[in-house]
This record gives sequence, structure tokens and C-alpha cells, in this order.
Amino acid sequence: MSEHTLNPKAEAATYLKTLISLLILTAITVAASYVNFGAMNVVVALTIATIKATLVALFFMHLLHDKPVNGLIACAGFLFLGLFLMFTLLDFDSRENPQPFNLHPQVAAPPPAAAPATTPAPAPEHH
Amino acid sequence: MSTSTVDLQQDPHGHGDGGHGHDDPHHQHHFTNMEQQFDTSKIGMWLFLATEVLLFGGLFVGFGLMQARFPQQFKEAHEHLQRPLGALNTVVLLISSWTMVMGVLSARTNQRKKLVVYLLLTIFCACIFLGVKYFEYSHKYEEGLLPGHYYSHHGDKIPTVDGANGYATFFSFYFMMTGLHGIHILVGIILLAWIAVRGNRGEFNSNYYTPVDLVGLYWHLVDLIWIYLFPLYYLIT
Repeated sequence: MSEHTLNPKAEAATYLKTLISLLILTAITVAASYVNFGAMNVVVALTIATIKATLVALFFMHLLHDKPVNGLIACAGFLFLGLFLMFTLLDFDSRENPQPFNLHPQVAAPPPAAAPATTPAPAPEHH
Repeated sequence: MSTSTVDLQQDPHGHGDGGHGHDDPHHQHHFTNMEQQFDTSKIGMWLFLATEVLLFGGLFVGFGLMQARFPQQFKEAHEHLQRPLGALNTVVLLISSWTMVMGVLSARTNQRKKLVVYLLLTIFCACIFLGVKYFEYSHKYEEGLLPGHYYSHHGDKIPTVDGANGYATFFSFYFMMTGLHGIHILVGIILLAWIAVRGNRGEFNSNYYTPVDLVGLYWHLVDLIWIYLFPLYYLIT
């Protein structure tokens, strides 16, 4: 364990700097949310979020000075999430009108059995 | 630091480590030395964290798809979330991550009192987070901004797109994701309390602080997930 034990004071300073950077980035992302970038809103917000997440992973979760295998596992998690997202989006784009399953038809559909009985004979008009 | 293969050759019983951690009561005999034991635990924790990323990832993907499906209704539903409260909770969680990492550093440098204080501060921040969340949830409940068919904000006139209510879908995801995250915070509080009690007993030192480190990793992951939840729910309109 001792191989990655740096000077404790230097480490504490790094953690404080990381926290301050994270708080500044939070302020930036909140401020940016009041500006309308149109379609770029999502991109701006998620880019800042990813920078923040990287800071947390590298410094607070020690990935920067840790054994590479831990970083590899973390990257693999996000890689598979990316694959999942990619194939789901491909599938989504090829469908029409995908619904959340439990909210299906709230449309007032006429009761199928009663419908023909109430509208009887006045059919032949233009034939 | 000699390599583990050399250690095994020198000492088939797996206790040879040049005096490092030789007498440690936490040293389990199937590990070559304390460092290998620590690294092994850590790999296990990272594997668990990877599954956590995938657990929340599924929900994030679902949220993204439904946002693409009901852009207008999701945009309007976003307006019901209070940005200052979300920002406050973000700041609280970031600070708690910092107190946590300082706690790990304290454990590693044999500062027992500091460790306990930092852990208690982390728990305090977690409680503030949950308090704000409770305030937000009760507000949503009063306004009928609820998941699925419990949604009653628009009374009887439910605005639908192709027969589906996008607002209710939004709040289904909102409660599912922030709720699951909240459960993680609750679990975190329990773990932090457990670590604080053990730390107070003086069970951790520079040679053995694995539980502190692993709970720290878990706590940072919970923070990391919130870092994505916050902009997606509160900021993007």
C-alpha cells in the first residue's frame, strides 16, 4: 500500500483543489442552464458532467495513482453502457411510435362488441 | 516491494512480506501480504461499481429514449423541478465526497479522531441531501406530479400524445431514478455509520483501512451518479 502513499499534506491539497474545481464546474453548469443553446443544451450539460465525473474518478476515487486494473474495470463498465445505448438507439430509430408499456391506450376506444349493434341499418347510401 | 511470485517461492505459507503486515490480525492467510489483500478487495469493489454503472445506465438509457419520444411534455415536466434545490443537493454531495476522501486519508495516516469527524460530517451531508429530497418529494406529491397512473396534476384532462401521457412517464423516471439513488444514499449512511463505529474503536490504521477505502469508493460512485442525474433532470429544459 505504501507505494502510492504520497505526502499527506500534498494529497489533502489535491483533494481540496478537486473539490473547488467541482464546485466551480457546478456553478458553470447551473449558469449555462439559464442560457439557451438550443439543441446544444444537452451537449453542454453532459460535457460538464463528464468533466466532473472524471475529476471524481481520478482524484477522489484515486484512479490516477491506482493499479491500472481498477481503471480498466471502470472503463469497461462505461464501454458496455455505451454499447447498450448504441444498440438501443438503433432499435428505437427503426420503430414507429414506441410506447412505455404501462401507459398504452388511454384513448377512448369504442367498445368493440357494442359498436355494431347501436349503429344498425342506415348504411346503403351511395351504392 | 517484492513481487508476489517471489514471495510465494520464499514462503509457501504465504506470510513472507519482508515484515510488512506480518503480524497484522486482519491478514487472511490466503493472501500473500496485506497489499495483495487490499488490492484484491479493491478489484472486487470496482467490479461491483461497474455493475452499479450498468444498473443506473439502463435507467438513463430509458430516460433518454422517452425524452426523445415526448420532447415537449418532458420539457414542460422539467419546469416543475426546482433548480436551486437540485444545485444545493449537488453542492452538498460534492462536499460529502470531499469529507469522505479526507476520512480515507485520515485512516491511512493513523488519525483516528479526524477519521471519525470526517465520517460524521459525511453522514451529516447525506442527511441534508435526504432532507432536501423529502421536501421535493412531498411538494411533488401535493401537486399530483406522480408516476404512471397516479399522475393527477392535470385533473381529468390528461394531455396525451398518441394515447400516452408523457408527463407521467417523466415522473415515473424521476421517482425511479432519484428514488434508487436515494436508497443508495441510505445504504451509504448505514455503511458510513458502521465504519465510524469501527474507526472510533481504533480498528483502522495505515496498514489496514480497506473498509474505509471501499465505502469511500461506493460513496464517490453515488456522488458520480448524482453528477449525471442533476443536469439531466434539473438543468436541461
